[in-house]
Amino acid sequence: MTASLEKGVRVLKEVIDAPIASYFNSCVHCGLCAEACLFYTETGNPRYTPIHKLEPMRRLYEQEYTLLGRLKKTVGLSKPVTDAELGEWQEMVYNSCTLCGRCSAVCPVGNDIVYMVRKFREGMSASGNAPEGIKGAANRTITIGSPMGVKLPAVKAQMKHVEKDFGIPIPMDVEGAEYMVMLSSMEIMNFPEYLGAIAKIMQHVGKTWTLCSTAFEATNAGMQIGNSDLARVIVSRIVEGAEKLKVKTVISPECGHAYTALRWEGANLVGRPFTFKVQHIVEVLGEFQELGLLKTEGFEKDRLTFHDPCQLARRGGVIQPQRNLLNMVAKNFVEMPDAGYMNWCCGGGGGASAIEEGEALRLEAFKVKKSQFETVKPDRVVTACANCRIVLEEGLEHYQMDLPVVGLTEMVADHLVAKGA
Amino acid sequence: MNEMQLLTWVRGPGLNLAVGIFVLGVLWRLFEIYSLGRKKDLSAPRALPGASGWRTIFRRTLPAEGMLKKAPVTYIAGAIFHIGLAIVVFLFAPHIKLIQSLFGISWPALPSQFIDLVTIVTLVAMLVLLADRIMNPVKRFLSTFEDWFTWTLTFLPVLTGWLAVRHLLLPYTTMLALHILCVELLLVFLPFTKLFHAFTVFGSRWFIGAINGHKGVAV
Repeated sequence: MTASLEKGVRVLKEVIDAPIASYFNSCVHCGLCAEACLFYTETGNPRYTPIHKLEPMRRLYEQEYTLLGRLKKTVGLSKPVTDAELGEWQEMVYNSCTLCGRCSAVCPVGNDIVYMVRKFREGMSASGNAPEGIKGAANRTITIGSPMGVKLPAVKAQMKHVEKDFGIPIPMDVEGAEYMVMLSSMEIMNFPEYLGAIAKIMQHVGKTWTLCSTAFEATNAGMQIGNSDLARVIVSRIVEGAEKLKVKTVISPECGHAYTALRWEGANLVGRPFTFKVQHIVEVLGEFQELGLLKTEGFEKDRLTFHDPCQLARRGGVIQPQRNLLNMVAKNFVEMPDAGYMNWCCGGGGGASAIEEGEALRLEAFKVKKSQFETVKPDRVVTACANCRIVLEEGLEHYQMDLPVVGLTEMVADHLVAKGA
Repeated sequence: MNEMQLLTWVRGPGLNLAVGIFVLGVLWRLFEIYSLGRKKDLSAPRALPGASGWRTIFRRTLPAEGMLKKAPVTYIAGAIFHIGLAIVVFLFAPHIKLIQSLFGISWPALPSQFIDLVTIVTLVAMLVLLADRIMNPVKRFLSTFEDWFTWTLTFLPVLTGWLAVRHLLLPYTTMLALHILCVELLLVFLPFTKLFHAFTVFGSRWFIGAINGHKGVAV
């Protein structure tokens, strides 16, 4: 056994817990998870059946944690997990899984398959079998500060632009602010309108907020790759920043996995509960709306639909606020089939969008989004995840569909009644 | 060994052996699985009604939104065979008598003609599921020896029971002995095959429900 494989096996043995044991023992090979997975439904290849993506981990579980499995291993009746096999499995665990969680949502015996894939990735990463694309993103986040290589000067330049365009100062490192706003590189590089929208909204509702110079990047490729050590380093920056600035709430940006990393995995990664609250920007806006703090005027008149980011809705429990917000500013909001809890993934979550060699498969899987859009024929798609947005734009361009994708936060900001009006 | 001797064996030592392996096997497997434990979740919970482990144990019995039309055979034949099995096992008069002789508790039985009908429906549903396992590309791809083996283990007790009651194929005594033998085989293998989902399904559903409940995902 090579050193890397040994490390991978050790990590896998560590992450296997009672839920995983229970799940493996409950699977009856009914195949329903395949029907929920866009990589199966759009390719028709049974290889992409979600539970099958865990096969090496299942064998390892059986060989290490069951009496019968240990017996079978001793007499040579079961196949050991090899380096070559894990290498082959990279495509199954990363390229063809976005951790979207539809399989977990439909499993009749209650197997949280995505929970298992997330843990399997720990072993894949430890054994050196994670894809280069996400590895690079994780390493850049650790060494430079963001997966796209964005450094503080770029953020400061962005702040200046926004301050000029909107005439609102962008606070940085303000101690005692109520909210600390996080960004994703995607927003800094491709969607600067997000920062402007935040500034406008915060001014409108009269809340104090700040950016943090040592923690502005919210995305966590360490989590996506399945390396808890890297994920911990990335989350710790945010925790330190939030505690240094003594903020009440950290706002996770329009990014699905950043939210999961910070909201649900963060405290477990650093090993203690947070002293501050974590909310997705959609939750914050939803709260402002409920409190009657958002005064809007005018409506979007074209036909809009909403793409639910998986980590926000299905894996995060935020489903209604985005709809209330949209209805506040749009007259013609239509739901796609399966919208909300069972929405179909854009195909690029969980780090998949960073895997170059997975692009062809991703575009194939995108057919399901295409058909969702074709059913309701919207004029524009609204979403609340910058990664979904990029992946949707790429897919739409590939299939030559002229369908703009916009962020919800900007749309809300656009309709705020101007100060003093 | 003639059929009377076989019947005596399966009713005596055979039954004891099978029940013994079954009980110890179930206890061991439950221990082996759930003693692995899990780490405490340190993230702040989002309290929301309708999301919990207990609720999910019931909720997952029904198809998820939009899934029934995607896999009607699996859902419908699957439900029929599980319900049918429960009815035949627990509401057939001779079975209740056996339970009464062992544990001293009993309940009303269903008329035997009705049980006969349920048995046929159950057998048909199981055959449909077998055919589906052979034809459906995903199920065929996933299937291993264990899937065919456990199907047989489940099918034979129902089939032999029905043949015995109907006095078909073999003399009643022989068929009854075979029926009990098949049940014993089922008991012996249940803890060590995928049939063990009969126990872990509750734990699995509870875990996913608790994890979702912690996040306020109400389903």
